[in-house]
Amino acid sequence: MTTGKRIGGNVANFVDERTGAGRALKKNLGKVFPDHWSFMLGEVAMYSFVILLLSGTFLTFFFVPSQEEIIYKGNYAPLSGLSMSQAYASTVDMSFDVRGGMLMRQIHHWSALIFLAAMVVHMMRVFFTGAYRKPRELNWVLGVGLLTLGIVEGFLGYSLPDDLLSGTGIRIAEAIIQAIPLIGTYVAFFLFGGGFPGTIFISRIYTIHVLLVPGIILALITAHVLLVWFQKHTQYPGPGRTEKNVVGFPLLPVYMAKAGGFFFIVFGITTFLGAVASINPIWLYGPYNPSQISAGSQPDWYMGWLDGLVRMAPNWETHAFGHTVSWNILIPGLIVPGIMFTGLALWPFIESWVTGDKREHHLLERPRNAPTRTAVGAMALTFTMVTLINGGNDLLATHFGLSINQIMWFSRIGVFVLPPIAYFVTKRICLGLQHKDRDTVLHGRESGRLVMLPSGEFIEVHEPIDQYARYSLTNHEQPAVVELQLEDAHGVARPGSVKEKIRARLSRGMYGEQVQKPTEKDLLELEDGHH
Amino acid sequence: MKKILRHRRHPIAHFLVLGIALLAIGFGYTLLSPSNAAIATNARSQAVEEGRQIFLKGCSSCHGLNAEGSTQVPTLLGVGAASVDFQVGTGRMPLANNGVQAMRKKPVYNAEETAALAAYVASLSPGPAIPNAAQLNYERDGNIAEGGQLFRTNCAMCHNYAGQGGALTQGKYAPSLMGVEVKKMYEAMLTGPQSMPVFGDRAISPQQKLSMIKFLKGIDAEKGQGGFSLGKVGPVTEGLVGWVLGLGLLIGVSVWLGAKSK
Amino acid sequence: MSDTHSGHENSGQQSSTALSPLADPGLPPHVYRRADTEPRAAKKAEQQVAILFGLSAASTIAFIASFVGIKKDVFVFVPLFGSTQAQQLALGITLALSLFLIGAGAVHWAKTLMPDHEVIQDRHELRSSDEDRQGVIDVFHEGAEAAGLGRRSLIKRTLLGSVGLVTLTPILLLRDMGPLPRKQLETTNWAAGRRLVTDPDGKPLKASDLQVGAVAHILPEMPEGSELTLNDLVKDAVIVVRLRPEDLNLPADRKDWVHEGIIAFSKICSHMGCAVGLYEQQTHHLLCPCHQSTFDVETGAQVIFGPAARPLPQLAITVDSEGYLIAKQGFTQPVGPSFWERSS
Repeated sequence: MTTGKRIGGNVANFVDERTGAGRALKKNLGKVFPDHWSFMLGEVAMYSFVILLLSGTFLTFFFVPSQEEIIYKGNYAPLSGLSMSQAYASTVDMSFDVRGGMLMRQIHHWSALIFLAAMVVHMMRVFFTGAYRKPRELNWVLGVGLLTLGIVEGFLGYSLPDDLLSGTGIRIAEAIIQAIPLIGTYVAFFLFGGGFPGTIFISRIYTIHVLLVPGIILALITAHVLLVWFQKHTQYPGPGRTEKNVVGFPLLPVYMAKAGGFFFIVFGITTFLGAVASINPIWLYGPYNPSQISAGSQPDWYMGWLDGLVRMAPNWETHAFGHTVSWNILIPGLIVPGIMFTGLALWPFIESWVTGDKREHHLLERPRNAPTRTAVGAMALTFTMVTLINGGNDLLATHFGLSINQIMWFSRIGVFVLPPIAYFVTKRICLGLQHKDRDTVLHGRESGRLVMLPSGEFIEVHEPIDQYARYSLTNHEQPAVVELQLEDAHGVARPGSVKEKIRARLSRGMYGEQVQKPTEKDLLELEDGHH
Repeated sequence: MKKILRHRRHPIAHFLVLGIALLAIGFGYTLLSPSNAAIATNARSQAVEEGRQIFLKGCSSCHGLNAEGSTQVPTLLGVGAASVDFQVGTGRMPLANNGVQAMRKKPVYNAEETAALAAYVASLSPGPAIPNAAQLNYERDGNIAEGGQLFRTNCAMCHNYAGQGGALTQGKYAPSLMGVEVKKMYEAMLTGPQSMPVFGDRAISPQQKLSMIKFLKGIDAEKGQGGFSLGKVGPVTEGLVGWVLGLGLLIGVSVWLGAKSK
Repeated sequence: MSDTHSGHENSGQQSSTALSPLADPGLPPHVYRRADTEPRAAKKAEQQVAILFGLSAASTIAFIASFVGIKKDVFVFVPLFGSTQAQQLALGITLALSLFLIGAGAVHWAKTLMPDHEVIQDRHELRSSDEDRQGVIDVFHEGAEAAGLGRRSLIKRTLLGSVGLVTLTPILLLRDMGPLPRKQLETTNWAAGRRLVTDPDGKPLKASDLQVGAVAHILPEMPEGSELTLNDLVKDAVIVVRLRPEDLNLPADRKDWVHEGIIAFSKICSHMGCAVGLYEQQTHHLLCPCHQSTFDVETGAQVIFGPAARPLPQLAITVDSEGYLIAKQGFTQPVGPSFWERSS
């Protein structure tokens, strides 16, 4: 036995005698994970978070979370002699005077953008494949929580350098808080230690940004991943893959090498962006001053939809009994986002209520085979895209020769009109694809070869598909519509409750239109016909 | 000297002295006032006349025969030579078409013709003059940090924090200030062309104007501090790059990672 | 492990049911990689992985060299990118490569050399068995019984009461995070006779300093010794523009709030508090760059577009004996965004 092995053995023995880790490891090191590129999106998000922790820790060594006004005496001439907060000055200094400081700042900011983008596409994958169905509803809710916290965390980070752009963002956030009826003014004064901007909010949000929110995010990520671990990962349907098994590669060594390697790849690509692409050039924005503003003042993309909503809001305000309610702020700033995120979190429960499906699902669904869900997702994405576009309307206007007023009206109308259109179009596309699948199973795949019949007619030769492909195209379920029970068990007519009527209606909307998948009977009949 | 003095009683001397004196007076006269000035005035009035001719041909159809303007078209009385030099010198005037605003394009008139037009318009009613080179020495007279502060207070709301331009209402826009000549920037502040308000010398002093110009020239020349600038228009392009390049690359790698090796 | 088996031993047994054309045929037959069958291909893959790792190490050494060797003031020209700071670029590219290559090596290793036989593992229902559930309920009941939760209602009630009450303490403790708003949102430094001075350099302005079409960004002149803080700026910032007096069309009670066509408004947006600094001198519109609320100066900054609900508060101005612009009075309504206590 080599020395290395002996030492390793001793350490392992020490740990196992005190923790019993061996038993757990034996059980888990061979755990199987299905392999698919879309399963890596959540990992991108998780690794981005780790990169954020690492780069963020570096930044804390140089950042001074203070709003104390100082005179800048650093190396960047265009700011020389200006009055600014220590937070801003220290961010400028770490960008210009610390070796690798600029790189770390840019890595931090890019990975924040990627963290949120990856969460969104991960969520889209989970949504469009129905991965959130029982038993994974809780994990979906955790995910919605993570997305929400990620947005908050990102916004706080964007605000810390106390530059002109972020100060404007904080000003707007303060206005939203102030607009809350009854308590808003008080909440704002407590948060900012008095009137805006005060001298203390940077140090307060610093603690929240580096300790509180990342702590909660870390805890939620742990729970999120542990649940995946216990529930085992979902898998795409296909030959050999059932609700009762997981087909994939064992954690050790394949998955460990791939996932571990992927962390370095994510880190490498984020670092590449940090190296070549400038982000948040705060030295150009200048220090925050409430009487200054820049054209094109926008938040980062994950808040852009919110800004777009605020821009397009109607200018309603109610003044009554000596009080003011700002609907122009409350509707786009709190009510609509509240509905959006609540709806997102509740979706799995709504769906299972409508379908009445309380079974466990470990096989994913192809988006086309759940046309209504896919259409609802497309509708929600369209809504968000319209608001996001409106959030950048000024830049669109200058770069494409449009007017902000036109884009605003387009968005105001589009936000109501386009999502339903997206719904119907998506649903039609899904049903069309179902048709195509049915044809492929029954008549084979179009081979692209043209053959002339003796009659002189040209036909395209259809190649029959193999049993694996056939299974892949037919193994999905096609649930029946939940019918309204108009008679009770004894055959006595009873009026359906409103709730049941709604449910039956929704169920009809969900499953009423399906392209019947081919059955064995269809296939056999067809074969008989051919012979 | 003694030799001359010896001859002073000479009869011719009287005539000589008289002659010299007359000559001196004559020269002095021509040198001192009227005829030289007359020549200059002549040249200017020539330029004014030339400018008037150009004006009548190229501008009067909109601005009126006496540059009085109309309800739709601004008067040119009192706009000064600086305004003409800016509008015509950047090609914004004469208007090419009736868009929402006049765009910068290749000037229609050459430098001399522009100067003539400016002289003509300035002769109608006093207004801001074209700044000369000595007035535009921003390197010497400007303070870059002060300029940045003034720029953010007075200009960034339209032209963006780094002078990249921005949107106004109804399709109008504030143009980018990158690569614009110093004189043109100065004239724009002085005269307030189109949607831009006027920043007169007593509200924003000439030195302050030069500071802002120095700040803008500094940004124009600033080398990338953290890589490619992405247009210096804020988080919108950053978000786009994050999604397209960042997430795009990562998804590409994911596909490679999930694909079976051959 | 008992519930793990190789997918391909299994596939034959499952495909025996393949009499029906739509039955699950089981996993497709395994396709071997070249590295599985050809030792030379495996050797080549091994070399490729080693090269990737080796390049990563070289890149890290280049990172160290860039850190130590490149000065901060060196710029390099990169086609398409322009001139950029050399050290930042070098550090970033080398670090990106070192990290990326480690990852690429590991993934390449996993893909080409590690086993790629798919493994099947069984799933088990997550739900606990009925006995386990009953067991938990029993334990819970026994515990509750032993503690006397059901019988000793006095304890239960006082416990609930005290826990409920103690949760109030954090709310109470947060009370001193800031002062009460009182009238702070409704007051500014503007008062009768206060001069209008330019932002940021504090020059007082005479009416003649502003031509028609001019704009000035204005703050109140403060008495000697007191300076404006950011908290003041957020309420005091004012924008002054000059129009031809005949262009103005103000409400009757505000006609004398203007001096020779010079008119002043709060620059803090009545929507969300951004600086409404964008003045179009031809249309006489003020635009807020944040959310594009547009205000018409001619009619006293009435909202003509966008989400703002209220006009910008107007500041009444006149001139003092020396001809300098001064405020006639303070603002007659709170400036900035709305809040619950605002009465109009």
